[in-house]
Amino acid sequence: MSTRIYVPNDSAALALGAERVVRALRAEATARGLEIEIVRNGSRGLFWLEPMIEVATEQGRIAYGPVAAEDVAGLLDAGLLIGQAGHRLHLGRPEEMDYLKKQERLTFARCGIIDPLSLADYEAYDGYRGLRRAVTMTPEAIVEEVTQSGLRGRGGAGFPTGIKWKTVLGAQATQKYIVCNADEGDSGTFADRMIMEGDPFLLIEGMTIAGMAVGASRGFIYVRSEYPDAFRRLQDAIVAANRAGFLGPDILRSGRAFNLEARMGAGAYICGEETSLLESLEGKRGMVRAKPPLPALRGLFGQPTVINNVLSLAAVPTILDKGAAFYQNYGMGRSRGTMPLQLAGNVKFGGLVEKAFGITLREAIYDFGGGTASGRPLRAVQVGGPLGAYFPDALLDTPLDYEAMAAAKGMLGHGGIVVFDDSVDMSLQARFAMEFCAIESCGKCTPCRIGSTRGVEVIDRIRDGIEPEKNKVLLADLCDTMLDGSLCALGGLTPFPVQSAVRHFPEDFNRPSAKAAAE
Amino acid sequence: MSGIAAARSPSQSAGNPWNEDAARGIVQEHRNLDGAMLPILHALNDHFGYVDAGAVPIIADELNLSRAEVHGVISFYHDFRKEPAGRHVVKVCRAEACQSMDGRKLEEHIRQRLKTEFGATSPDHVYTLDAVYCLGLCACSPAIMVDGELHARVSPARFDQIMADVAGGKR
Repeated sequence: MSTRIYVPNDSAALALGAERVVRALRAEATARGLEIEIVRNGSRGLFWLEPMIEVATEQGRIAYGPVAAEDVAGLLDAGLLIGQAGHRLHLGRPEEMDYLKKQERLTFARCGIIDPLSLADYEAYDGYRGLRRAVTMTPEAIVEEVTQSGLRGRGGAGFPTGIKWKTVLGAQATQKYIVCNADEGDSGTFADRMIMEGDPFLLIEGMTIAGMAVGASRGFIYVRSEYPDAFRRLQDAIVAANRAGFLGPDILRSGRAFNLEARMGAGAYICGEETSLLESLEGKRGMVRAKPPLPALRGLFGQPTVINNVLSLAAVPTILDKGAAFYQNYGMGRSRGTMPLQLAGNVKFGGLVEKAFGITLREAIYDFGGGTASGRPLRAVQVGGPLGAYFPDALLDTPLDYEAMAAAKGMLGHGGIVVFDDSVDMSLQARFAMEFCAIESCGKCTPCRIGSTRGVEVIDRIRDGIEPEKNKVLLADLCDTMLDGSLCALGGLTPFPVQSAVRHFPEDFNRPSAKAAAE
Repeated sequence: MSGIAAARSPSQSAGNPWNEDAARGIVQEHRNLDGAMLPILHALNDHFGYVDAGAVPIIADELNLSRAEVHGVISFYHDFRKEPAGRHVVKVCRAEACQSMDGRKLEEHIRQRLKTEFGATSPDHVYTLDAVYCLGLCACSPAIMVDGELHARVSPARFDQIMADVAGGKR
């Protein structure tokens, strides 16, 4: 009987040598006359253990990691195929690992467990139960269920998903669209990528339900070009779903149609902004549109459009399957359900942590992340991507929910948490925020286009000790202008990392210039 | 040239020599898609390794747009090259998560090692060095992509090893 071994083909696992592990496993198995079946799963999101391979045994799946190609022969000698303990890479059953046991995985319930392209696997683990229920419901009832769940946009803005859908449902048009924003450009985030690579049918199911809910027969997934593996896997999954009748002209014999296409972005961060993304999908420069009109009324090709982030759409199948009350039961305050947090940067145990809203930054970084990877003291944490604020140690007890983060003058964004140790120069990070904005600005509005470049110059003068007090006033003024006067979040939020760095780490903006020090 | 191109994966830089008929064929193949522009530009970029200026009037003609509009789209996006890239394309993540793990030191090492600035191709046309802002490998920073292949937790020493393998044809 052949033994089943799971080796992830998540891009992070590939970047850490998973393909070489597969080659070594095949070569050793052949040489030893062992029968093995290698399944390529997604990642469970414990990245310090990748490539984490798992063997199916009578006691369940047994994990080993991080496995290098060079370890394979020794692992086989030590009883890999029966999940024997004793080898230094033996981790035991993944479900028993603290990092996973402490999580509340709803969206990521299957990721890393199943073969991403196996519909049989997907259905065996509760897949398509949400859609099967949705096709028996009226559009109004589906929208109501999503509204009641309290789901808010996981892309960062936190807008109630049900209300967005209701607007599109109420709009009159012959063609409506569902657009998935999979332009996950924030540094420190990889949850969308993990879903697209590790559980693509979940996203497809969520979009199909959205189509049923608002009466849209066409959908697009806009995937950033930096994610070629995710793009290819989605394309394969769409073909498989069409073949099985989960997509196409007659979804589950309901008489309703939903056709889905994956489209590739072209390396512009701004296209993660929803109106810019729509322009890009239409084949234009990714220039931000003024709102109103809202995309819900005049979106893609001028038609009513639901545009949601990957994680928002991926939460929907659970809500339809288990009911709004089940989902709503997780979370705190006005932040309901679970949030897939991403621990990144200088953190010991980086990975995907899906928890109900409400755990604090400190719990995330220390209880899950184990502190800094370098072992040096933690100094700053950036939450919510390049437009998110930097938090000092004193603010780490802030709960990770939309309102609490906003109250601390930060934002949860897409849930990325990037940890920095004490070697960080915060004036350099502030400078980078402005520089990044200058590189990625679409150029439509002046505060963002010009303000970001001026921002780099002003911070350079402060760093060089040129009239620092005067220039700090100027920087604050410039930040206000960008915050109030920009058309979209890029220019409007770039002041967050800049001002938080100035506010919480003033000592990094007070150093004498090299010139002054020499004199 | 075609032999070299065949030996490379589609995500790599290399491409077929510019050919107007082939370009028109690619444009016509995609022109009926809704929002055909980006799929067309990606297909041209993949096939030729860049988007030749000669493609602009062809796209404009087929999509019934002005040449200025087509040029505007090409110049907006980082992905579309205006000239062929070097034999090897090295993309280095310069975003925050990689910065927090000594990414800036790695950037500096790579610039010196390849004798190339970001956004440029080395004079001998062997390396093109591109900055990217996030490869989504932020829990195992710093990350780079060499000829379409991802590498995580890259130290300067590890980078030299990767490039030695690339030059030796091991990858």
